[in-house]
Amino acid sequence: MKMKRREFIKGAVGSLALASASGAGIANARTVQALPPGAVGILYDSTLCVGCNACMAACKKANDKNPEPVNNPGTWDNPQDLSASTLNVIKKASVGTGEVKDSPSDGYAFIKRQCLHCIDPSCVTACPVSALTKDEETGIVEYNKNACIGCRYCQVACPYNIPKFEWDDMYPEIVKCQLCSHLIEKGGISACCSVCPTGASLFGPVESLIEESRRRLQMKPGKAYEYPVGSIDSGETHSFAAPHYIRHVYGLEELGGTQVMYMSAMPYKEFGLPAFPKESFVSMASGIQYAIYKGMVYPLVVLAGLVVMVKKNKKSEEAEGHDQQQGGDHE
Amino acid sequence: MTSNKEVIMSDAKPLGGRIITPTFVICLIIVGIAGFYAVKRLIFGIGSISNMNDGFPWGIWIAYDVVVGTAFACGGYVMALLVYILNRGEFHPLVRPALLASMFGYTLAGVSVFLDIGRYLNVYNLYLPWQMNYHSVMFEVAMCIGTYIFVLWLEFTPAFVEKYKLTKFGERLNKVIFILIAMGVLLPTMHQSSLGTMMLMAGFKLSPLWHTQALPLLFLLTAVFMGFAIVVFEASISSRVYKLGDETPMLSKIARIMVWVIGFYLIIRFQNVFMRGEMALAFSGTFLGNMFLLENLMLLTGLIILAYPNNRTSPRLLFIAAVCILIGGSLFRFNTYIIGFDPGTGWKYFPSIGEQMITYGLIAFEIAAYTLFVKIFPVFSSHEHTASNS
Ligand code: SF4
Ligand code: SF4
Repeated sequence: MKMKRREFIKGAVGSLALASASGAGIANARTVQALPPGAVGILYDSTLCVGCNACMAACKKANDKNPEPVNNPGTWDNPQDLSASTLNVIKKASVGTGEVKDSPSDGYAFIKRQCLHCIDPSCVTACPVSALTKDEETGIVEYNKNACIGCRYCQVACPYNIPKFEWDDMYPEIVKCQLCSHLIEKGGISACCSVCPTGASLFGPVESLIEESRRRLQMKPGKAYEYPVGSIDSGETHSFAAPHYIRHVYGLEELGGTQVMYMSAMPYKEFGLPAFPKESFVSMASGIQYAIYKGMVYPLVVLAGLVVMVKKNKKSEEAEGHDQQQGGDHE
Repeated sequence: MTSNKEVIMSDAKPLGGRIITPTFVICLIIVGIAGFYAVKRLIFGIGSISNMNDGFPWGIWIAYDVVVGTAFACGGYVMALLVYILNRGEFHPLVRPALLASMFGYTLAGVSVFLDIGRYLNVYNLYLPWQMNYHSVMFEVAMCIGTYIFVLWLEFTPAFVEKYKLTKFGERLNKVIFILIAMGVLLPTMHQSSLGTMMLMAGFKLSPLWHTQALPLLFLLTAVFMGFAIVVFEASISSRVYKLGDETPMLSKIARIMVWVIGFYLIIRFQNVFMRGEMALAFSGTFLGNMFLLENLMLLTGLIILAYPNNRTSPRLLFIAAVCILIGGSLFRFNTYIIGFDPGTGWKYFPSIGEQMITYGLIAFEIAAYTLFVKIFPVFSSHEHTASNS
């Protein structure tokens, strides 16, 4: 599924079919987004997660969402997956007999699913009314229900299937994690990270989180290290024996990168996280769109041309029509 | 008789006749049932009547009513293209009926969208410059379709002018009709191809049999040949039902154009799949592979029928070919939006009764309104009106 530039240009030019003179401008149609200066995010380390679900409860409280006792009415909250009332979910993946934590064979591991706050977010590009925006400072992808028309293109576009829709509501909203931007505004951190007892969900500036992930990849498996808890600069730590990490931080490069990143000892595909190329689908789709329409200049030029043609043809046709009428009965 | 001054006058005539026919009544009943579901949707939410879900956020309201429905409504577009841009005046009698069908097709697609989007009261945000997202394909499609519905009604206005003898208004309209017609060609070219661009964003969720950079071009081409096919389809039916006389010579010329467009389309379609190395998937015998083959087989059948000049003089074969082409084109669009789409989280989708009823209701409304309009407004130019029409 790799897009080559040549292919891209072909598609754009082909689909144009209108103004074939545009070939030159296509190459720089759209610049790929860069990490915002004050980008914050989460580093989720699957090996540190004990599956206590504290983050899920905190998330519901911080975002005013109802518990979902759907699968087992005797319990309080047990969502199967993200939903209109669950913005954050801890899921378990197991392989083989699933007995040993974090073992790629016959093991199990946890994963935290939520919005990854993409650096080049498909949902933001997709939204026709800018109801989804990426904060220029923090890079948080936020939702504005006052603009949203409920078209659900964001759901189609998000490669991680994150945005959810309130299907059973008379006037539904799109629901997804906004990294607790309302708490961050007041100097706080994402609710899930502030309650995580082990530092599995670690809040911080993306740059520092990337550095931390590098440090972890260099750890000697089995040796105990200090892991920061809550926020990366909190000063609190938790001592833990380094696992056998997969040598890949998920989200570092996937589709242009994300601000929420994963580390794990279990291959990411076991969690249902697809292997993605570095280039986002966004750059392709909106690149084509942009190349064709170039701020509506081409369409206007074409329209002018069409008006002239129609005018000419309609005139000649009417003249013909008159001739026919003069000639007596027209058929 | 038309006066020489009013140049926008056509020689079209209202058909007259009984309005309350059995077909008309059946259509109204279906519209009524759909109305019930529409009200239910507005009160209890989309989930109360539909099977759409977070994995399949778009169901048949988008895939059929909008994506396939507007292709069916491309008759007005292609006829305008043919008559006013390519200067093929001989097809003029087909323009107005095609325009009428397009007008209802697009209008009802608009109604369907209104029911489909969750936060319909926020639609005005599309028109607030600071909310507009020029990078969004959805934005472009929404604006184009919205404007085009308006343009279609204005393009059809000469029929109202003739009916109610609004001479003054007619003259004024005549001064700007060029612009309207030009927009009527430009706007569908834009949004029909963008309907293809739209699904590029689905990325890996869309099967590689349909996910290609060529989607915009493929969607534009399907719009064009489906537009021609629907003209043949509708003309075949209405010339039979309303006894309009033989239109076959005109239709066979259109059929000839279709052969070229579909031929071109199929070459691109297969070359594209082949170049991306997905041919094996097409012939893998899987459901998706078979859907791909079926879609193209229908088009190929239509193409082969029409490729023989002799077949093009047979009203029956013309009709059959048009139906094959319409099915093939619809399948391509349906496959791109629903069948080839898999978000990969175990989600499934099949339209619920309520969802289907709304779609049937819209189709029924279209038929009822069409039959009503051709009886009271000048739409059809009868070829034998000097001899037969009362
Ligand atoms: S994960 Fe999905 S919802 Fe979140 S920013 Fe990326 S595209 Fe948007
Ligand atoms: S559903 Fe709302 S947030 Fe999502 S793309 Fe549509 S308008 Fe934007």
